[in-house]
Order: sequence, then structure tokens, then C-alpha cells
Amino acid sequence: MADLTTEFVGIKSPNPFWLASAPPTDKEYNVRRAFDAGWGGVVWKTLGLDPHVVNVNGPRYGVLHGGDRRVMGINNIELITDRPLETNLREIKAVKRDYPDRAMIVSLMVPCEEWAWKEILPKVEETGADGIELNFGCPHGMSERGMGSAVGQVPEYIEMVTRWCKQNTRMPVIVKLTPNIADIRKPARAAHAGGADAVSLINTINSITSVDLDQMAPEPTIDGKGTHGGYCGPAVKPIALNMVSEIARDPETAHLPISGIGGVSTWRDVAEFLALGAGTVQVCTAAMTYGFKIVEEMAAGLSEWMDAKGYASIDEVTGRAIPNVTDWQYLNLNYVTKARIDQDACIKCGRCYAACEDTSHQAIAMKPGRVFEVIDEECVACNLCVNVCPVEDCITMEELPTGQTDPRTGKVVAGEYANWTSHPNNPAAKAAE
Amino acid sequence: MTQSELTPGIVSGRLPEDRLESNFSDLHPAYDEHEAAVAADRCYFCYDAPCVTACPTEIDIPLFIRQISTGMDEAAAKTIFEQNILGGMCARVCPTENLCEQACVREAAEGKPVEIGRLQRHATDSLMERNVHPFTRGAPTGKRIAVVGAGPAGLACAHRLAMKGHDVVLFDSRSKAGGLNEFGIASYKTPNDFAQAEVDWLLQIGGIEVELGKRLGEGLSIEDLTDQYDAVFLGIGLAGVNALRAPGEDKEEVRDAVNFIAELRQTSDLSMLPIGRHVVVVGGGMTAVDAAVQSKLLGAEEVTMVYRRGRDRMAASVFEQDLAASKGVRIITHAQPVAVHGNGSVREVEFEYTKDGPNGLEPTGETFRLAADQLFKAIGQRLEGAPAGMMLSDGKITVTGAGRTSVEKVWAGGDCAAGGDDLTVTAVAEGRDAAEDIHAQLMG
Ligand SMILES: Cc1cc2nc3c(=O)[nH]c(=O)nc-3n(C[C@H](O)[C@H](O)[C@H](O)COP(=O)(O)OP(=O)(O)OC[C@H]3O[C@@H](n4cnc5c(N)ncnc54)[C@H](O)[C@@H]3O)c2cc1C
Ligand SMILES: Cc1cc2nc3c(=O)[nH]c(=O)nc-3n(C[C@H](O)[C@H](O)[C@H](O)COP(=O)(O)O)c2cc1C
Ligand code: SF4
Repeated sequence: MADLTTEFVGIKSPNPFWLASAPPTDKEYNVRRAFDAGWGGVVWKTLGLDPHVVNVNGPRYGVLHGGDRRVMGINNIELITDRPLETNLREIKAVKRDYPDRAMIVSLMVPCEEWAWKEILPKVEETGADGIELNFGCPHGMSERGMGSAVGQVPEYIEMVTRWCKQNTRMPVIVKLTPNIADIRKPARAAHAGGADAVSLINTINSITSVDLDQMAPEPTIDGKGTHGGYCGPAVKPIALNMVSEIARDPETAHLPISGIGGVSTWRDVAEFLALGAGTVQVCTAAMTYGFKIVEEMAAGLSEWMDAKGYASIDEVTGRAIPNVTDWQYLNLNYVTKARIDQDACIKCGRCYAACEDTSHQAIAMKPGRVFEVIDEECVACNLCVNVCPVEDCITMEELPTGQTDPRTGKVVAGEYANWTSHPNNPAAKAAE
Repeated sequence: MTQSELTPGIVSGRLPEDRLESNFSDLHPAYDEHEAAVAADRCYFCYDAPCVTACPTEIDIPLFIRQISTGMDEAAAKTIFEQNILGGMCARVCPTENLCEQACVREAAEGKPVEIGRLQRHATDSLMERNVHPFTRGAPTGKRIAVVGAGPAGLACAHRLAMKGHDVVLFDSRSKAGGLNEFGIASYKTPNDFAQAEVDWLLQIGGIEVELGKRLGEGLSIEDLTDQYDAVFLGIGLAGVNALRAPGEDKEEVRDAVNFIAELRQTSDLSMLPIGRHVVVVGGGMTAVDAAVQSKLLGAEEVTMVYRRGRDRMAASVFEQDLAASKGVRIITHAQPVAVHGNGSVREVEFEYTKDGPNGLEPTGETFRLAADQLFKAIGQRLEGAPAGMMLSDGKITVTGAGRTSVEKVWAGGDCAAGGDDLTVTAVAEGRDAAEDIHAQLMG
């Protein structure tokens, strides 16, 4: 049995599944239920200074549904905790006392002034919490007050606040990053420079999920008006995975621990975040959609997969795919594939045909009897047909062996690797002539 | 109540009211909004979709399903009605398992097609329940056209002609319009008087004058019609019924299944409709199944359907056969009636087993008898009342192209015309196409 225990910036937890700072970790009642359900750790809902903020009293979520009302993405206009600081601290202390083996991280967001951090850090320390997470991510409400992503978008502030925290507490400091920025490596480097023990990402993405066409207002709509909110859930996973990998393969932050967040819903999502460099993952939307029980599937699935692959511990998985994440210019242009349609598996829906004929390269022939065949002379190997085919593995991409002629280009497939940097069409090519 | 399924003879009220009501309620209840959304989501929006090809009226199925999934039920209904003005009835009665749903790629993929019929019902109901008619008439053309037979073929033809701006007179020998929609289709497929509601809704197009109780051949001749009208369409269905040709066929309580069904469809109180304790139905088509199933649903203790060939040759679809079996109808195949016994009324029917030989069906010599208070004959309908001199093939009116008969100015479609399956949807397609052809010819 694979060992799922983790030690992340010195914080131990029985598994890498943490709940992200959000409604699931808003108060004692929820967190106890989460721990009883098997979650390895929580990042407590972000605390601020008193007087505590207030939330809207109308709807705070918008949603993007897939078929059968499957939740693909949620956005929210919730703020940080709307309860008094003392209440939260008392509850954190009580829970940590009763669940000493679980990771208890406290998320914080106070004004960008050192006195504020100096004031709150000792109070958090006193609860026995294992670490803190700096919320530089919240894209709505708090940012307008100069906190959250307003700080997270300015690397200098990140570095400064991180340094204050490192100077004022013995607890490990995790810096939570906002994705609402052009280059995620900049804030990560700033956190690193400020002495952060780790980064966590992503927080939510600025968004409007939908427009109420009767009221002519964005949703969620509060008395006829709406505002942008933070987007999360399965729909944001691709963005999160990329950002995690960017940090993991940036030489400046290569060994900075990462807690991966954004759309984690199943064991496979967890494995993917780990492979791209995360040491733990955090979950919010999936728990909000299905409840805490999903952690059972994650734990069973991850350990089964690790056993099958021969990975004994989480450490062995973390960053495993990073050597294979590269830049476009280094991709092998001599790797040639063609789409292949398995006629026995084909159900003749013709979606590959519509996709290729209308929007790609006219490389699929529709023959009598609704037989669909790839025309190698035209196929550029884009993969679109594979993606739109409703039958798994019906269309696959087959590599042309070295020495064979690609009927599209008339060129013989070369055995050696060659990329854009040396391609004759590249004006900047460093050709070896 | 004193009668039960075991009461001997032919009596009414074998079942309590509540059981009758549930027995004859909707076979495929309507979807609610969410069910429809989930069902619609399964459609792959195939390229040049095979379901469309499989539909005799060629409804753009992927398009209407996509319209449902985007919350536009009424737009979906319009997509359907543009091709098939009786899309509401077809949604209820089409043997989709042999048509669109059989062609659905998800049938090939997982044996579970998109439920096209029920989705079509969902869409069409949305407009019809609000009693909204989606079409308006074109500018008047001054042409007058006679349509004979107000079944699906005649109705579809009349509607399309009216839409084009022609004036239509729709004749039918019966007292109600609708044809077999009103007098034939099983009750549980079209409860709540849907057939008449649909006719009324369809007539909202305007320009269609309905003349009931007018029979072609009785005071109404084809010559008069061709003289007085610019064109004539015949959609007179199959008014005749084939005989058993077995001795004793003339005994009492030996009836044509279609008459029994018509009586049933017109009965307002099913608890007053008498049915035998033992019922035998001869035949293997939709009529036989409907007669047998409805006998059972009325409370007959024992209903047996006997067909002379094997199951695979039955005209009733596998779905219909299974439906009959699930309602408790016993199906005997490879047996044909040889005599009807009884003193005045039928008491027993004698059958002989058959087998498939090199020259077709052969009797085996082995016989058996079934007790019968009633015997329903459902061995096929045939054309009756076709105008003299009109060319026929295989007993039906010969047509070329979109329903042109051998007689100048006369078109035909539906069951009475040769070619095509005897289905509601085929009748609609043929009526519609004949209308288009008439229009093209009249307007040159
Ligand atoms: C019991 C039964 C069940 C069926 N179930 C199904 C089913 O579930 N699904 C399906 O798709 N199909 C079913 N069918 C077949 C379907 O009903 C027919 O194919 C369809 O109704 C044919 O339409 P039509 O307009 O050609 O003829 P009809 O519906 O028969 O209409 C013909 C009309 O012409 C009138 N008429 C006849 N002769 C004259 C005349 N001389 N002068 C004036 N008017 C005349 C009749 O009164 C009638 O109204 C069933 C048929 C039967 C008998
Ligand atoms: C309603 C809601 C409230 C949130 N509040 C906070 C918060 O107070 N502090 C914080 O750091 N992140 C907050 N988040 C962001 C989540 O912690 C997490 O980063 C994000 O939802 C992405 O993860 P997911 O895709 O698993 O939901 C909130 C998210 C939601 C949905
Ligand atoms: S891989 Fe792309 S180009 Fe090739 S057949 Fe598929 S869709 Fe067409």
C-alpha cells in the first residue's frame, strides 16, 4: 500500500488532501466534519482584523453547468470570514487540540501594514495552528480595499509582506497566489525572495459566469446589479496546472514547495497536480458540490494508482512530469503522426468529419454507408477528431515510423530530433551550416 | 362491482375504475423539463444524422434536440412541425424503435438510443398545450383543392395546401376527422382526446373546410371532384378488412379487430365496454397487438394472439410484441385458424400448426383449440372505395413521383397508396409531398 502521508514545509498530514480556505473551512462545525470524513488538513477560511467584514445578503454564487447540471465551474462574491476574530481563533484552537495529526493552516488577510501583521500573528500562533497562508488572491471586494489580489498583483508587496510574516512568526508561511496576473512566476519569485516556505495556487479567477437576460445583469444578481466574482471548479484546472508547472520548472523557484489548488475533484486531478510539482493539493468546489465524502475516492484512487505504478510515497510523484514540460520551440518537429479511425469502434456519428471538414484540414473522407476514413495526404495530425469523437480510443494518433514518407508533405520522416530553433523557416534559426 | 376477470361470457366492468384508468393512461408519460434536458444532452448532433434519414418526414432531429437543450422548446416544435404537422401524434405513435431511434448512433454504441420520440413529444406539447399554431397562410391563390379522407395523409396534405394559400375542402365519410388517429391507434398511446385536439389545432391554419359524413362513391364521385376542383388528393386509407376464410367465421362475436378498437376509442366510459373472459386475436400486426393488449387491459382473463408465421415475420415491432407479453397476452406463432366452433356464438377456435416449407407456409396436420368468448380478426386491411378505372398495384392505388395517380388531377397518399409502410408518419410524409407537388403543378 502506497504511503499517502505527507510532510509539507514541516507540517505533517495523513494524506495530501487539504481543504482550501473557503466555506468548507469556515468554522469549527464544518472542519470537524471534514476531519471525521478523512481530510488530511484544512486551510481555515481567511481571517482578518475586527471589525469583521460583512457579506451580501443575496446570492453569492454563479455557476457554469455541463450536461445534467454537472457543476463545471462556480464563481463567488464571498469575502473573507464574516465572524469575529476571537470566535475563529477559539474554534481553531479547539479543533487543533482534538485533531493533532491533521494539518491546520490559518489563512490571513490584513491591511498591507506591518503593525496589522504583528498584531494578528501571535494570536494565530497561540491557537497551536501548524502554519499560515497569506491570502493574496481574493479578486473581489477585498482587492478594492487594497488587500487580496491587489497585493498579489504587485510582486514588491508580496515580498514585503512575506518578509514581515517570516520576521514575526515561527510558523511556516505559505503564500497563496492569484492567477489574475500575466506571468505567475513573478509573484512566486517575490514570495520566495521574501522567505516564503511555500506557495499555494491558484486562488479564484476574475469572472462573470452568466448574464440574466431578463434583468440584463450579471449573475449572481443582487437587487438588479451584479459584479465580477472569483471562478473555481473543474473548469479552472487547466489554468491551475499550467501555473503550478511554470513555478515548478522556473529555475529561481524550482525547489519551492507548492500546494496545488484549482478544480481538484478526483484522484486523477490530485495525481496530475502532484506530477507537475505540487506536494499537497487543496480542494474547495468539489467538496462544495459533493460534500466531504469525496476524499474517500481520492484516497483509494490515488493509492491504487501509486501501487500500480510502483510509487511508494507522495514525494516520489511530486514533480515527476516536470522534466517533460517544455517550451513550444523545443518540441520535435520530426515527430509525425496521423489520425487512425477504428472502424469496428466507430458509431458513425460523423462528428470527426464535421470538425475536420468545416474547421480543420478536410482530411476525413465520408464514404458510402457513413464510413469515415482519414486522408493521410491532408491530415496535419491536429488531434481535433480525437477530441470530438464520443467514443474513447476510436480515433487514435499513430506515429509514422522513421524512413516513411509523409504523404502530406512528401518528406521522409527523419529519425533525429529537430525543433524550431534550427528550422530553416525560423528567421532567428541558429542553423549549423 | 360484481364482475371480475373470471366472470364467464362477455361482460362489462371486469375491472374497477381506478385500474381501468391506470391501464389506459399514457404509455410513455411526458418528460418534465429536467428529464428533457438530460435526454437532450445525450444527442451527439451527428453530421448528416442517420436518424433524419430514418424519419419518413425527415425532421431535423439533431437541430430540434439542440433547441430543447438550449431551453427553446417552442423553436424545437417549429422545427418539427415544418416537416411534420402531425409531429405531436407521431411523437406518440411512431414505432421509433424501427425508425429514428434504431438509426441513432447511441443505439449502435450502447444499445440505448436518444429518446427521440419522447423529446419530440416534449417539444410539440410545449406549443400545442398553449394552443399556438406556428404557421400562417400564404397569399390566396384562388385554387380549390379537394382532399378526401381526413386521416394523417389527408390532414397533412390539406394543411400544406392551405399554408400555400390554396382553399381546401376536406371530405371524410366518418363523423369525426382524424382517420385512424381517432379510430385506430391504441388508447394508451393517445389519451385525453389528443387526436381531436390535434385536428382542431391543425385547422387553425385556416382555409380548410371540413365536410364530414361525405363518402367518395356515395353521392361524391371522382368525376364531380375533378370537375369542381383544381386538384384532388385521396387519403382514404384501407377501409376494408380481410376475411379469415375459415368455416364458422360468420358466428356471433367473431369481429374485425379494427371495429372493436374503433368502438373502444369512441367509448367515453370504458367500464361500460363488454369484453370476453377468453379472447382470441388472429394476426401479427399492430392491429392484432392493440386489440389483444386492450382486451387484456379491459380485464379479459385470458387473451391469446395467434400468428401463422414466426415472430420474426410479425409486422408488430419487437417493442410491441414485448409490450403485449408484458401485459399478459399469450403469443402463439406458427398456427392458423381452421374452424370457428360454437352454437350461435363462438365458443372455441380451432387452429392448425404450420411450418415454413420450400413453397411457403405448410400445415402440419396437428391441431389445437382455444376457448373463445370473442374472436378478433386482425389479418390485414385492404383498400375499398377506390374510384373505378384508377390503376392499382397489389390492391393499392398506383402512384408515381409524389403521389400522382393514373388519373389526371388526382393524387393519392397514405395507406391507400402503393409503396411505403402503413404508418402514421409515412402517411404524413406522403400527404405533405403530394401537396407540394400539387402546388408546384398548379402554380407552374
Ligand atoms: C389498430 C391500428 C393501430 C395502429 N397503430 C399504429 C401505430 O401505433 N403507429 C403508427 O405509426 N401507425 C399505426 N397504425 C397505422 C396508421 O394508423 C395508418 O398507417 C395511418 O392512419 C394511415 O393514414 P391514412 O391517412 O392513410 O389513413 P386513415 O388513417 O385510415 O384515414 C383514412 C380516412 O379516410 C376516410 N375514408 C375512407 N374511405 C373513404 C371514402 N370512400 N370517402 C371519404 N372518406 C373515406 C376514413 O374515414 C378515414 O378517416 C395503426 C393502424 C391500426 C389499424
Ligand atoms: C465561496 C468561496 C469562498 C472563498 N473564500 C476564500 C477565502 O476566504 N480565502 C482564500 O484564500 N480563498 C478563498 N476561496 C478560494 C478557494 O480557496 C480556492 O482557491 C479556489 O476555490 C480554487 O479551488 P477549487 O477549484 O477546488 O474550488 C474561496 C472560494 C469560494 C468558492
Ligand atoms: S487529426 Fe486533425 S487534420 Fe487529421 S483527420 Fe483528425 S481533425 Fe483532420
